[in-house]
Amino acid sequence: MTYIAKPKFHHPGLKKNELGYTHRDYEGKISTLCAGCGHDSITASIIEACYELSIEPHRVAKISGIGCSSKTPDYFLGNSHGFNTVHGRMPSVLTGANLANRDLIYLGVSGDGDSASIGFGQFAHSIRRGVNMTYIVENNGVYGLTKGQFSATADRGSKSKKGVTNTDNAIDLVAIALQLGATFVARSFSGDKSQLVPLIAAAIGHKGASFIDVISPCIAFNNHAGSTKSFDYVREHNDAVNRLDVLVGRDEIAVDYAPGTVQVVEQHDGSTIALRKIDADYDPHDRLGAQTFLAKHAAQGQIVTGLLYVDPEADDLHAHLNTVDTPLNMLDADALCPGSAALDKFNASLR
Amino acid sequence: MSDKKPLSSVNDFVVRFANVNGSGSASANEMFARAILRHGVPVSPRNIFPSNIQGLPTWYEVRVTEAGHLGARGGVDMMVAMNPQTWDKDVAGIEPGGYLFYDSTKPMPSSKFRDDITVIGVPLTAITNSTYTDPRQRQLFKNIIYLGALCALLDMDPKLIEQLIGEQYKTKEKLLSSNVHALHLGRDWALQNLKCPIGLRVKKSDKVGDRIFIEGNSAAALGAVYGGATVCAWYPITPSSSVAEAFTAHCKKFRHDPETGKAKYAIVQGEDELASIGMVIGASWNGARAFTATSGPGISLMTEFIGLSYFAEIPAVIMNIQRAGPSTGMPTRTQQCDIIACAYASHGDTKHVLLFPEDPAEAFEFAAAAFDLAERLQTTIFLMLDLDIGMNYRLCRPLKWDDSRQYDRGKVMTAQMLDEGRDFGRYLDVDGDGIPYRTYPGTHPIKGSYFTRGTSRDRYARYSEEGSVYADNMQRLVRKFETAQDLVPRPLQANAERPTKYGVIYFGSTSPAMDEAIGLLEARGHQLDRLRVRAFPFHSSVASFLAEHDFVYVVEQNRDSQLRQLIVNENGIDPVRLVPIVHYDGTPITARFIAKAIGDHHDRLKVTPLRKAVS
Repeated sequence: MTYIAKPKFHHPGLKKNELGYTHRDYEGKISTLCAGCGHDSITASIIEACYELSIEPHRVAKISGIGCSSKTPDYFLGNSHGFNTVHGRMPSVLTGANLANRDLIYLGVSGDGDSASIGFGQFAHSIRRGVNMTYIVENNGVYGLTKGQFSATADRGSKSKKGVTNTDNAIDLVAIALQLGATFVARSFSGDKSQLVPLIAAAIGHKGASFIDVISPCIAFNNHAGSTKSFDYVREHNDAVNRLDVLVGRDEIAVDYAPGTVQVVEQHDGSTIALRKIDADYDPHDRLGAQTFLAKHAAQGQIVTGLLYVDPEADDLHAHLNTVDTPLNMLDADALCPGSAALDKFNASLR
Repeated sequence: MSDKKPLSSVNDFVVRFANVNGSGSASANEMFARAILRHGVPVSPRNIFPSNIQGLPTWYEVRVTEAGHLGARGGVDMMVAMNPQTWDKDVAGIEPGGYLFYDSTKPMPSSKFRDDITVIGVPLTAITNSTYTDPRQRQLFKNIIYLGALCALLDMDPKLIEQLIGEQYKTKEKLLSSNVHALHLGRDWALQNLKCPIGLRVKKSDKVGDRIFIEGNSAAALGAVYGGATVCAWYPITPSSSVAEAFTAHCKKFRHDPETGKAKYAIVQGEDELASIGMVIGASWNGARAFTATSGPGISLMTEFIGLSYFAEIPAVIMNIQRAGPSTGMPTRTQQCDIIACAYASHGDTKHVLLFPEDPAEAFEFAAAAFDLAERLQTTIFLMLDLDIGMNYRLCRPLKWDDSRQYDRGKVMTAQMLDEGRDFGRYLDVDGDGIPYRTYPGTHPIKGSYFTRGTSRDRYARYSEEGSVYADNMQRLVRKFETAQDLVPRPLQANAERPTKYGVIYFGSTSPAMDEAIGLLEARGHQLDRLRVRAFPFHSSVASFLAEHDFVYVVEQNRDSQLRQLIVNENGIDPVRLVPIVHYDGTPITARFIAKAIGDHHDRLKVTPLRKAVS
């Protein structure tokens, strides 16, 4: 199907959001990934989240590295600028772009090879700096484009399609993100759109470094028995701690929640997250508690999903650098150049 | 004692200080250089330092030069030997008839001296210890005490040094008076106990004019401020770190909003050079002016991104403060050794624009121009400094800025242009100069967005792996590079008095040594036309210069005559006609070296008539 150009027409009755855009306005080109790829579900979830939030598509910058996951920004938000950068280097390019214009929404899309192996350092440092972004890792545990080699998130003991057992320890990006001070940390599953869409929407509304690890099975190279990133395995071991509703603007809490089961979080962009607790003891404002909880469940082979940590008071790199409100790329020579009189004074100080 | 007449010279000699790194000598030595400048006499100081913070030997060399020769001269007329570790080598390095200044507190065997030099002992430690009790004070004031002794020995005006101390400690009255006291301790001791002045003297003159005294790295960083850079991402590496540090200092001074106090810049110390260039590419892609500063090893790490900048056509400015390579090389020694590495950086067919400033004034101008060029050409621009001009104070003309100058933001398609129905193809050559239009992210709700890729795409940025589409794009990039030839700073030519078939090409920090060497060569009867190359790609005048001369010397500070290789390669000329003159031991090239190398070669070129040869 990938050779067919996507038709532009759509049903006249298609639902519109607050800005008058339909779903179609948030779509991109037709995916060239394998049929059934988990990544395409994540693409659909991003489209859904942006539609729900009534984001102007062109105010999003989509930045990715290299790999199957990094191809996906071409398949959503066709009216946004996208940048398919260098393998493992999405975080630095995104950081620079964010410094240049603080007014856009930055969506970083990466994979497990891109972020946990070649780009592990850049992943870590962008989180440390608190870049205001939504960083999504489409995590399938293998290198898809080079046909099925293990990645650094593949669990120890899991088997490759060719039957090789992985003997290296796995990197858990969520645990690392928590340790490095990410102010919004979540994990989800590409097969659970109802959990994933609100998580993406909430992450976009968060001001600071938001990180979402999305387990996204590779239909071609990592969906077999013995894999811990297959659809079947993830469904069986998915341990969701909460479910989310993201409520935008005037839509006040319309759903009736049983008392004590919901935690409400106000976001910087004015939206509200309503967290429906599944695990009654789980506190998403407790970084240390989250780390312990994750470690315990990982040891039992469980994949903990949901909004794992959020700091509603977070700030970002621009706050740390105390930059002006006007985006740096909008400042002209009048604002930037000190002029000849200042230079004459400077010269005089050097004699 | 001396069997050689002591050197005698006014305002033309070289003093070298041999110190221990971390002993606080640098500021006293720098004050010595500045004091001579205040006499109206040009100086050219050079810091020769180890890759170390404390304990290893370090030297500071001051060339006093009324004639204004700012290149390194070679040789030492007076050695201020303050480091026992290097004593033997330091003493051996003094020119016959020169002077040795040392701390005579402890007696030294006569075998440690030479007969053909004048030895001047001052009991610095004894004077210091009898005056100060605090160990740190003893160390620091010892430096000021030798400065005072030199003031007497070289007949310098102490008022001028006092003035400098006053400026340095403007707000610290206690330090001011104690420094002045130490200065006079040394000076008085010398006046009472030694024959002052010696044969080397400083006499007031008026040869400095309105020139300023500045390090190239600081000037380049200020050029970035004036050139409108708002994003700087960097990773510490000698000898480039002071670019980012100076940019930080300049921005603190010039770039804060007076009302809110907020910063009109963002500086990030990256986790490595890959992240630094990545941030620069990201910021430039998004329409900000961004740069990084690094040195050879950093360039190696950045090359993948440099290829992306070339192919995806994203502006970037990289300041490369060159040091001796390869690998870690000699981090604190100077070379011009990354010419090939930068000109062709990255995999695939790539070519990049290089700028070669000769001094801090040009470093300022070229740094500011680099941002215009980067945005005009939508590619990486390298500003090629080296340690010699980057980290040493150099006398140069005052920095100038024309207030009517506007930034050239290059071909950027705006929302208005898109609404007017302009055809936007990100890689479409609409003007025949090879330069396409770009849009900034977020420009227009439905027009002008595109997907930036390092891999293949057509003129409208649509994905394509077609061979013809790829080749078409590569040809346009060649056209763009040809356009660059006429945008970059042109070579400067200076012809000999008499017509000559011989020429010399040089660039960057070699400049002052070359200018001085021309005088030495003329004295030897050799006439040479000069061409100072200031950028790559080469302007057509480089080819003309080669065509007009039978032999052209190419003087540079690397082993493999890299600029010569580039000239041969890009102009397709006979390499035999280009004679390499290379200096690559990590010290700055000198006029003496150039004059000897060219002179010797030139003598051999001269055809001796057969009759004369056999007679």
